[in-house]
Amino acid sequence: MAQIEADRVSVEFPLYHVAARSLKKRLMARAAIRLREDESHRIVVAALRDLSFRIAPGERVALVGGNGAGKTTLLRTLAGIYEPVAGRLAVEGSIGTLIDPAAGMDPDATGRENIVLRGLFLGLSEAECAEMAEEAGQFSGLGEFLDVPIRTYSAGMGVRLSFATATLMSPQILLMDEWFLAGDADFMARATERLETLVRGADILVIATHDMHIVRKWCTRAIRLEGGRIVADGPAIEVVGT
Amino acid sequence: MLERTPPASPVYLRDAADPRHLERALGDLAGGMRCWRLAWALAWLDIRNRYRGSVLGPFWMTASTAIMVVAIGLVYSTLFRMPLREYMPWLAVSLLIWNTISQIVNDACLSLIGSEGVIRQMRLPYTVHILRFVIRNAIVAAHSLPLIAVVLLLTGAIPGPEAVLAIPGLLLVALNGFAVGLFLGMICARFRDIPQIVTNVMQLAFFLSPVLWKPVLLGPAAAWLPLNPFYALMETVRGPLLEGGAPLVVWAAALVYTAATGAVGFAFFVRFRSRIAFWV
Repeated sequence: MAQIEADRVSVEFPLYHVAARSLKKRLMARAAIRLREDESHRIVVAALRDLSFRIAPGERVALVGGNGAGKTTLLRTLAGIYEPVAGRLAVEGSIGTLIDPAAGMDPDATGRENIVLRGLFLGLSEAECAEMAEEAGQFSGLGEFLDVPIRTYSAGMGVRLSFATATLMSPQILLMDEWFLAGDADFMARATERLETLVRGADILVIATHDMHIVRKWCTRAIRLEGGRIVADGPAIEVVGT
Repeated sequence: MLERTPPASPVYLRDAADPRHLERALGDLAGGMRCWRLAWALAWLDIRNRYRGSVLGPFWMTASTAIMVVAIGLVYSTLFRMPLREYMPWLAVSLLIWNTISQIVNDACLSLIGSEGVIRQMRLPYTVHILRFVIRNAIVAAHSLPLIAVVLLLTGAIPGPEAVLAIPGLLLVALNGFAVGLFLGMICARFRDIPQIVTNVMQLAFFLSPVLWKPVLLGPAAAWLPLNPFYALMETVRGPLLEGGAPLVVWAAALVYTAATGAVGFAFFVRFRSRIAFWV
């Protein structure tokens, strides 16, 4: 059964290239709330501080909060990219991430090759990858452009391809950043439908978003982050208002 | 939509109070090896991108080495008073092996930085990126093999059946490449000055190692050569091809160096693996 359990999880980013003494002092003076100096005299940013929560199967969680509140960092930590420096994190279930549209894409390879590459990143066999390329190719509606290097794509075409590729999975835990909800209207109609299927299929959804409409429509629970801490956690309607 | 949910639900557990570095590092290593198909595909993409639009592609390295071999061969065989037929095969094999080793070491600095985009977007075993770097360099090196064959044929220095011993030699080079890729890849991600230092060290090593000159020119001091790791590694490939095998002390030295780089690389990996995502 899929579930996520975090117990006093903290993530810190060292700022390695801030060694100059004066700059260091200025940074410390201004924003002493989230920056501190660690024992080996490096400046570290406390990206996530003491987060404790438990997400049960069936929950649809929205992460809300201003820019820099730690939403994407939390998604990446749940995905296992950043390891916590303190606390305990247990994630049970297969994880699917829709964090960065261009993750693992090679601009010089064709659309089809990129889909196959994504398949390999997911650990699929060649046959499965070919099947995936067929499916994603159709969904993206790129037609003949599928065999053209993606550096020649327009921004919109890039999003279509990334979207079609990234949503070709059915994970138990879906971690999503909100860029997936941007795109041209015609494509968005189909994309939304697909996303909803994906979201319904997943046991747990965690989505970082600013769009309160999405929160109310999709989510059962919202966690509000501020300065790397949880300031509110409860039913979506209560946290973001109606 | 296709059903691709794995049957068992994998558990991902991180407890800062109980980091289990060794176990994670070993798991990473095993996972990386299992993803060899991905590493292979990425390595080919690297090669293709590096030589995009170029007519000769990776053969440029072969072509430039060929010209270098002819030019340096003519001048240095006179300098060293050695017959061209004897010096030429030595030079060709030495230069190609050296180019491969030096390219591996310089490229090792980028083994993790170069994969930054992937590292920060998805959880993959880090060793996949190292494997990718080793395969990429192996592919480039393989393009030079025909040149060695051509020179050996032209000068009539056809090696005997001992030449197969060059294969374990190449394997040692690859193993060292993996260890160095792990070690330098991590250090270079953390300290961005290291790549420059490495370039300089490699330049120095080129002149200090018997690439252009033969060890016999050192006279009795040649006995100290196995202390140079580059010599030991080069000789395990060059010896079987040119001299009917390498002396035992060279093999022993090469094995010791491989064990040492492997141990250092792995120790660093065990200790700092969880920091890599923050470094790149």
